[in-house]
Amino acid sequence: MKALSLDRKLAILSDAAKYDASCASSGGKRRDSADGKGLGSVTGSGICHAYAPDGRCISLLKILMTNFCIYDCAYCVNRVSSNVERARFCPEEVVTLTMEFYRRNYIEGLFLSSGIIRSPDQTMSDMVRIARMLRKDHHFRGYIHLKTIPDAAPELIEEAGLYADRLSINVELPTDHAVKSYAPEKDPDQIRRAMGDVRLRREAGKERSFTGKRPAKFAPAGQSTQMIVGADGADDRTILKTSTRLYSSYKLKRVYYSAFSPIPDSAAALPLIKPPLMREHRLYQADWLMRFYGFEADEIAGATRGGNLDLEVDPKLAWALANRHNFPVDVNRADRETLLRVPGLGTRSVGRILTTRRHRTLRYDDLRRMGANLKQARPFITLLDWRPRAMTDAVDLRARFAPPPEQLSLF
Amino acid sequence: MRHVALPEIATFDAWRDAARGLLGADVPPEDVLWSRGEGEGDLFAEPLPPVQGAPLSVPRGFVDLARMVVWHRDPERFARLYALLWALRRTPRLMDDRGDARIARLSGMAKEVSRGKHKMTAFVRFREIDQPGANRRRFAAWFEPSHYILEPTAPFFTKRFGDMDWSIFTPDLSAHFNGGDLRLAPAVPRPEFGEDATEDLWRTYFRNIFNPARVKIKAMQAEMPKKYWHNLPEAELIPEMIATAHARARAMAEAAPSIPPLRAEAITERLSEARKVAPPVADRDRLTVELQNCRRCPLWENATQAVPGEGPDDARLMIVGEQPGDHEDLAGRPFVGPAGQMFDRVAARVGLDRSEAYVTNAVKHFKFAPRGKRRIHQAPNRGEVQQCRWWLDHERRLLKPDLILAMGASAAESLTGDRRDLMRRRGRVETAEDGTPVLLTVHPSYLLRLPVAERPVAEALFEADLQKAVALLAAA
Repeated sequence: MKALSLDRKLAILSDAAKYDASCASSGGKRRDSADGKGLGSVTGSGICHAYAPDGRCISLLKILMTNFCIYDCAYCVNRVSSNVERARFCPEEVVTLTMEFYRRNYIEGLFLSSGIIRSPDQTMSDMVRIARMLRKDHHFRGYIHLKTIPDAAPELIEEAGLYADRLSINVELPTDHAVKSYAPEKDPDQIRRAMGDVRLRREAGKERSFTGKRPAKFAPAGQSTQMIVGADGADDRTILKTSTRLYSSYKLKRVYYSAFSPIPDSAAALPLIKPPLMREHRLYQADWLMRFYGFEADEIAGATRGGNLDLEVDPKLAWALANRHNFPVDVNRADRETLLRVPGLGTRSVGRILTTRRHRTLRYDDLRRMGANLKQARPFITLLDWRPRAMTDAVDLRARFAPPPEQLSLF
Repeated sequence: MRHVALPEIATFDAWRDAARGLLGADVPPEDVLWSRGEGEGDLFAEPLPPVQGAPLSVPRGFVDLARMVVWHRDPERFARLYALLWALRRTPRLMDDRGDARIARLSGMAKEVSRGKHKMTAFVRFREIDQPGANRRRFAAWFEPSHYILEPTAPFFTKRFGDMDWSIFTPDLSAHFNGGDLRLAPAVPRPEFGEDATEDLWRTYFRNIFNPARVKIKAMQAEMPKKYWHNLPEAELIPEMIATAHARARAMAEAAPSIPPLRAEAITERLSEARKVAPPVADRDRLTVELQNCRRCPLWENATQAVPGEGPDDARLMIVGEQPGDHEDLAGRPFVGPAGQMFDRVAARVGLDRSEAYVTNAVKHFKFAPRGKRRIHQAPNRGEVQQCRWWLDHERRLLKPDLILAMGASAAESLTGDRRDLMRRRGRVETAEDGTPVLLTVHPSYLLRLPVAERPVAEALFEADLQKAVALLAAA
């Protein structure tokens, strides 16, 4: 085999990595290189250095160490039975790319993943070696996200957590049944045990020993996971239930939803479709409602049609339309939890409402200036100078928000 | 009318000093003209009053707001800030009123500056430039920010790029970081930098990380507005990437599945061979393996794993709790959470060594209700306890203990068939179906839930029960 150029390897191994949605660089332990002895900083909030025309942020150098893989997961571009071109970085190449991209302010850090070569332990130890080189030899203080391999030895995971800000393991698909049929070499139980293990290590890393000494921080930016949406038959209700379970059990920072998208050289087992981008978007909105707005998965699912989120209106509006007996809400008196459930009011505008109404009674224009989306909120609120009257219960209320029906094309 | 000309460097400090002086001299906002840089001299301008008296106290939040707003491009920013400061003297609570038009306007400006700063940290692109004989590498960038933000954003770059020298040139000012020292300097004409080969690698990355099957141009432009594009080396690729995306996605969809490479089948075969583990021979191991596949009740669905019992094969004492908790579910071992630690503390006092006993639970999977980022423990119901008895009976037959310590109502129910009235029955020895003596007591988590005042008494009773277990074992 002819040796590939660095440019060609980068092309192959970034192409192979793009189906991982996560590119977050937030969280992480704050640090910098103001002492002049290293490179990089982590500020706590991430930075997106570029955006590709797919609308996704580019924050990290997201690459695979190698796209050779012994597993045969039907949805994956790198599965053993695919004919895509294969390549492998040597550790020094990954380190050089990361450092040189970072120095030019292209990236926040590295997101390293890999196909499974030879054995899980072998693969994991190569990845840990790259992270160690960056941290120890090159004093790199930027962000590192490592994809961990569920079956890897505990001491490798332990070391990975010392160098990486974030660890992640993908649950891949919403149900165990789907994982077993499309990723026969993966074991959903093992994946969850590995996530449980990361949570326990993180918690152990926060406890002081009896001498008062704090152990080294383990993966300070936490762990995340990803599931592919639209490849199997799971509905949104099932997906949100799975997310709830993952958030509560393993304290994940994020669950990423990735619309199943055509891949080069696809498998016969999974038909190629147009990626369900709107569905993916609605799932993220629902996920936000569960994490920051006090909604339970069941409540959101209760406002769905046949278990799937309404694609035309967002899940909060859909919930409000289905629960109109809770509205209108008096903005000047309602508590925080109730205000958070009003469509058009976000966590920030609710915060502003609460501080301002301590001093005076709010009017319609106040809310506009606070950044509320009044077009959405109007039918669901009352203010000193605003009453929605019959609008709250109007039969055609949904139609006012949903996009107009499109005439079917004749051709 | 007074004219205050603020310097282009250290603008905020100068504004603050001037505002303090003006406020001290009771100069109303309408009598002040503000400008950045020298600008037109005002014929009728009076000299600025000196700062007097104690430092001014302003409501919390004002200084943070001013620190952002002074860098805005709007020529009215200084006057608006001073007018707000003037108004705050009489009504300090105005600062909390996000519905007030003045506050809303200034907050909007602060937000624009903050966004501009953030975009600057994102979109500055350094090029390496030659620096013969230097021991630090040198980089430079040209950037066109939307507000006067070079000064407040420069610290970000000094903290991030501590081990290299760099310069950022903007149409307004320039910043230079040499050997660890930051210096701001007046504007210079746009300098030319030589080519940097790493830019080609970056463009390769940008082209290949893009997924042509999902085109969302609006989402891209909302976060990376076109005004920044001409200074981004990767942006020149965007038109072509969009133009060819549709055809590329269609080509992927239309390509028929190919024949897998020859090696694929061999690898998959070898992998599944390696996975075929020989079934365990020993009864204990077989029990553990089979327990993981238990589907006798629906509790397995949400739990991480079944938690098997733990302890030596020849244990004389078998300790049965209710069910694994949050920690036990993650660790896969019984009694490692708070209740387990409570048990160990009391057991140590009566000389009961847990490592010599076999510790297990009446129900093997964790039952909980998810609440946000937490799992709320739920007691197993009768059906679940009954289904799981199957495993407990197995364990009992395998270990043949001399005594079983049943902790809590679920354990009592599983072993004696009766969960009622535990507080009356505790400390008594009953018998299991096969005649094994069962000593009943409360679950240690019950002690943890009690109010602190009631705990010592309850703990003493629990200790007495454990003492009894030790005595019974010694007598047996």
